[in-house]
Amino acid sequence: MIRFENITKIYPGRKGNPPIVALENVSFEVKEKEFVSIVGRSGAGKTTLLKLFLVEEKPTQGQIFFDGIDVHKIKPAKLPQLRRKIGAVFQDYKLLSQKTAYENIAYVMEAIGASDEEIARDAAAVLEIVGLTDRANNFLAELSGGERQRVAIARALIHRPQVILADEPTGNLDPYHALDIIRLLLKIQEMGTTVILATHNKEIINSLGKRVISLEKGRVIRDEEKGRFIL
Amino acid sequence: MATIFIILVAIALATSLFLLKDISQVLISSLREKADISVYFKEETREEEILDVKEEISKLPEIMEVKYISKNQALESFTERHREDPVLIESLEEVGENPFLAALNIKAWEASQYGVISRFLEHPSFENLIEKVDYYQRKPVIEKIFSLTSMANKAGIFLAAILVVVAVLVTFNTIRLAIYNSREEIKIQRLVGAGNWFIRGPFLVQGLISGFFAALICLLIFSITSWFISPKIEFFFPGFNLFSLFAKNLWILFLIQLISGILLGIISSALAIRKYLKV
Repeated sequence: MIRFENITKIYPGRKGNPPIVALENVSFEVKEKEFVSIVGRSGAGKTTLLKLFLVEEKPTQGQIFFDGIDVHKIKPAKLPQLRRKIGAVFQDYKLLSQKTAYENIAYVMEAIGASDEEIARDAAAVLEIVGLTDRANNFLAELSGGERQRVAIARALIHRPQVILADEPTGNLDPYHALDIIRLLLKIQEMGTTVILATHNKEIINSLGKRVISLEKGRVIRDEEKGRFIL
Repeated sequence: MATIFIILVAIALATSLFLLKDISQVLISSLREKADISVYFKEETREEEILDVKEEISKLPEIMEVKYISKNQALESFTERHREDPVLIESLEEVGENPFLAALNIKAWEASQYGVISRFLEHPSFENLIEKVDYYQRKPVIEKIFSLTSMANKAGIFLAAILVVVAVLVTFNTIRLAIYNSREEIKIQRLVGAGNWFIRGPFLVQGLISGFFAALICLLIFSITSWFISPKIEFFFPGFNLFSLFAKNLWILFLIQLISGILLGIISSALAIRKYLKV
């Protein structure tokens, strides 16, 4: 379903610094309804990998296929259609700071063109899932880091995407909520959604017993079914 | 808010350009009307002969207007003009008879045509009727008036056009800054799969609303100012009423303001946002 082929990403160095190789010759495939964790130290290239898949950045070399289509050959005007099939949880949340929690979530549905009833129904359901029902009408500035993270997750879920990209979705959560979120992702995957999770949370990875791809300095050093967090 | 104000400035300039054009046209035509040439006929020429000449001249395409001034009319207008000057009136009485010659007063469309007309009048067939053509005497004045007015016209339009360009650039930049503040938001919207028109929509509507209100405020300001300064302008240029000119063109002015305001708002927004939609 998703195939990374010989992906290399080199960021040009600034002011005489040498260029930074973020990813080097990365190839792997993610099957439909699979749960894949990408692990590695910070700077190993996890976020870059997800950014390339979302066409936020272009690879220096290589191709990424989604349902057989090279995502980097999609015209800018058609990109929204690709992105609507993907639900992304960003490391820095990327929430709209001038809107409430509810509006941040409802927004994605509006963009797709859902009716007001659908939006009201689904937004309430998703807020319930992430446990923010009583925070729905608070503005982002009034929410804690963990609450914002849960808003970001709710936003990624609401339009029932085919794939969920989660970049450190538990980074700002206490262990209880972190576990809840991971259970939630597992449930979503069981219901038929592909999940790609980037994290450096060792306990979570080890308790999952799912496929793990380990990155180090931009290379894939291990790719195991029922993998563990080993660096 | 700042956007509305800046658009207001831009369309106020465009409006004054429009009004200024009308004002200058009124002034220029009043100046041009003062340029003419006179043909003086010999003492013994009969009135019928003069009217024949008038008929003939009127057929020339260059002529705007020909006016016959008889000996008596010339005398009357002279005494009327110099009523306050006893020396002149006395000397006129001294002469005893009417010293003025009958004349045709000729106005042409263009300054360059006066030469053609005076050459036509120098034709031998008129020789024993016409005393003199008062053209060469006035030639420099006529030409000066025409070149001055056409230069003033061009300079005015040029200056106003530059001001309008500056105003448009400032408007565009203001809107660009406003959108620059929203660049993160625009990027996020793109990344979660919002279409370009969906993102652009609110900004364009904002531009449209700013343009609309700017036009409304501009119209209000112009109505009030022209109402107040109109009597003062009329004092200097009799017969020229700024407010009635404004009222007569009210709808076309409002239309110009509305269209330029809205277009300015929308086009600036669309251009400014383009850059951030490339994620």
